[in-house]
Amino acid sequence: MSMNNQGRPSGSGEAFPASIATISGDRGLDHEEGLIFELGHGATGVDLPDVQISDARLGGARRKDAIGLPGLSEPEVIRHYVRLSRKNYAIDSGLYPLGSCTMKHNPRLNEKIARLPGFGDLHPLAPQSTTQGALQVISQLMNWLTTLTGMPAVAMSPKAGAHGELCGLLAIRAAIAARGETRPRILVPESAHGTNPATAAFAGFTVDEVPAKPNGRVDAEALKAKLGPDVAAIMLTNPNTCGLFEGEIVDIAKAVHEAGAYFYCDGANFNAIAGKVRPGDLGIDAMHINLHKTFSTPHGGGGPGSGPVVLSERLAAYAPIPLLVAGENGLRLIEDAADAPYGAKPFGRMCAFHGQMGMFTRALTYMLSHGRDGVRQASEDAVLSANYILASLKDVMSAPFGDGPCMHEALFDDSFLEGTGVTTLDFAKAMIDEGYHPMTMYFPLVVHGAMLIEPTESESKYSLDRFIHVLHTLATEARAKQTARFAGAPHLAPRRRLDETAAARKPVLRWRPNPLKAAAE
Amino acid sequence: MRYLPITPDDRSAMLAKIGAPNVDALFRDVPKSAVVALSAFNLPDTQGELEVERAMSKLAAKNVAAGAAPFFCGAGAYKHHVPSAVDHLIQRSEFLTSYTPYQPEIAQGTLQYLFEFQTQVALLTGMEVANASLYDGSTATAEAVLMAQRITKRGKAILSGGLHPHYAEVVETVAGLFGPVERTPVTPGSAEDIIALIDDQTACVVVQSPDVFGLIRNLRPIAEAAHARGALLIAVVTEIVSLGLLEPPGAQGADIVAAEGQSIGNGLNFGGPYVGLFATREKFLRQMPGRLCGETVDAEGRRGFVLTLSTREQHIRREKATSNICTNSGLCTLAFTIHLSLLGEEGLTRLARLNHAKASALADRLAALPGIEILTGAFFNELTVKLPKAAAPVVEALATKGVIAGVPVSRLLPRGKGCENLLILAATETNTDEDFDALVLALKEAIL
Repeated sequence: MSMNNQGRPSGSGEAFPASIATISGDRGLDHEEGLIFELGHGATGVDLPDVQISDARLGGARRKDAIGLPGLSEPEVIRHYVRLSRKNYAIDSGLYPLGSCTMKHNPRLNEKIARLPGFGDLHPLAPQSTTQGALQVISQLMNWLTTLTGMPAVAMSPKAGAHGELCGLLAIRAAIAARGETRPRILVPESAHGTNPATAAFAGFTVDEVPAKPNGRVDAEALKAKLGPDVAAIMLTNPNTCGLFEGEIVDIAKAVHEAGAYFYCDGANFNAIAGKVRPGDLGIDAMHINLHKTFSTPHGGGGPGSGPVVLSERLAAYAPIPLLVAGENGLRLIEDAADAPYGAKPFGRMCAFHGQMGMFTRALTYMLSHGRDGVRQASEDAVLSANYILASLKDVMSAPFGDGPCMHEALFDDSFLEGTGVTTLDFAKAMIDEGYHPMTMYFPLVVHGAMLIEPTESESKYSLDRFIHVLHTLATEARAKQTARFAGAPHLAPRRRLDETAAARKPVLRWRPNPLKAAAE
Repeated sequence: MRYLPITPDDRSAMLAKIGAPNVDALFRDVPKSAVVALSAFNLPDTQGELEVERAMSKLAAKNVAAGAAPFFCGAGAYKHHVPSAVDHLIQRSEFLTSYTPYQPEIAQGTLQYLFEFQTQVALLTGMEVANASLYDGSTATAEAVLMAQRITKRGKAILSGGLHPHYAEVVETVAGLFGPVERTPVTPGSAEDIIALIDDQTACVVVQSPDVFGLIRNLRPIAEAAHARGALLIAVVTEIVSLGLLEPPGAQGADIVAAEGQSIGNGLNFGGPYVGLFATREKFLRQMPGRLCGETVDAEGRRGFVLTLSTREQHIRREKATSNICTNSGLCTLAFTIHLSLLGEEGLTRLARLNHAKASALADRLAALPGIEILTGAFFNELTVKLPKAAAPVVEALATKGVIAGVPVSRLLPRGKGCENLLILAATETNTDEDFDALVLALKEAIL
């Protein structure tokens, strides 16, 4: 038996079988945790006075029934959420290679700044004389966004990328209406994010798909052939969802403009070119910027995001309210369309108040920390890392557009798995057992069994090498039809594969009290 | 740069592996003319943490935080005390730095709290099902109108004049593309006759309670009238703490509830991020927008949770999706559900009673001032008063004296008839008697 450095036996002796049932049901650091409703027992986690009130000013609307909320003390609540948190993968705990999602490091200074009382405890409708610092944050962030993109204007209120898409399309709709035209159709490449066609429909347009070329770029000739007097806009992602730069973009923009249409760019992948290429130079009319991707506001398990939209000269006048203007007494928000300055014709309002201020403070903090040089370096490192992965794995995994360099993400298809019985899903789930979050799977739709890997600039070379080693070995084993790691993976996560079909067939979307138990009580 | 781990030596080694002479070779698909020099950007260079913190703190210090003054603003965003445990927990890396839980085996933490959140929202609103949240109350309201248009296959939406004007504008902007949106006239402190406007073309009636002027509305007769005409009632709640004391919209016949959840767990944040609550009846489930979390089992039969019914959503259905939304308000949702777990039944009902008691005390103090008329008779924690002069300058004057007196109605309705002198004030558990004293004193001076 071997000894550790304290002289205690360090070997486990007999192997502890993985299938053993523990008495508690917990397994080491992995605790099974009931629902908050199952844990509640009439305690409370806050101390508030028990004030009695009359019904005199309640208009007869007092609640008659109990709500049914569980009661727990503070230590119980904290333990519940800490235990839940340990069942999550996170950027802070490992490489998170989700293509198209940009899981980069979230600096903690940004969190600290967003929580300063002057930002975090500021009411959106407080007198504007008492919110000048917040308006300066918005103004500075606007300057960064317009400068980095080379665009003249930006609408700040959209609350996420898809909300920004909607904002851009509504500006385009307003601009077309102002010309006295109706253009019902929007062209969307088949490789586009699902939000693009969904947004086009949401904004009242019909969607016309443009095919991709064998090299992963949009078919510019097919696109031009579809242009006509009924086309309002094209929605193009650049770099695109295959991780490739659309090299014909300037030419496409020219054709779009000549047809009287507008060029909407999905800016989800701006993080590949920020500080190096200005979308305004490419002929783009509108582009949303996911502050939660390129400028690293935390993804937070699915939100909140923020999606400001930069606008060209042709669309700037239609930006929604609120507008920010500089005046004698400092900065001022224009909150009503009728108060808009001369020439402005806001199409409406995207949300109550002024947008995701909590994300603005974080994004501006990120920008000031990086500076223009750091932003550029981040883009270059993101592209370098993706190409390093592509170059290191293309001998065992299949890169459909593998000859040239990629941008910030490396795309593989599943042809290397053909005949092995291993699917893209199996391959990705085996990564979980290896301590990694899977890459984006089955997207984009233009390649079969897609695996889209985006390492971001936040990984060290050591971390990339380790990741490459694991994927290289997995791919080699799969190709050799050694499928043990893949069948039924993951084995080592808090849960095995979950039955999503059953969940959708008979949806259980909330906890309900057990009727038998409730009756017995 | 402290956030970038790759060193110059690493870069050389990586380029060698790739077989590229330099990093610009990787950008070879970008038209040469489109790659600009760093000097093209008139922006500062990288700075250390100390310098950045100093610069941002300077900007923060130019604002008057709600906690730094006697403070009475509401109108859709409310100052409440958030227990310390909430912010501590939501900053755990595993919550803060995780993605949407598309890989459920390693995202059970997020999924379970979403399931618990959905249950809490359904219980609170008195509805059968709730989603995993939308951006905020205003966009949730617009989504509710779109959903009603889909369900009824009708276009017209009738908005109560008591609906927060920003919310009404968002509905007009988004749902106005698919049918007429009509707003009833504004009647601060009283209920308009919205029932008379419901006809056979009406998809939905949208009524906020307590309304933007603080008035508690009786939704029951509106629900009955809407249903008699085949229309839906959308109930909007901007102060979710009110449901700790008031009858929930579900019990009054609402078909969809769209609400702002900021009041529980989330700070004011100058207007965002907030958390849109969205609940409805089970029969409308498949027309719902947004993410849904559902219970299921794993391959070993253990309970687990997944995102479900995604055939409604954009990443599967593309242009046929119920909404283009690709987000929930994740971390704000977590803050909401943790705070509500801490409150529990007893805490929330006590908090709600305390809010009403504070607002009642505020109403009594204001009613004793000559020249001030209280317009809102039945309220939760917010009321509208009529001052003897224009409210906006009064609020600015009080701000110079360190009192944030509330929201002038003219800020929300600059052209609202008869609104110039109206002021909306909210009182919550955070207000003290000293706050009331300071307000009354400053107000007396300003209106004399």
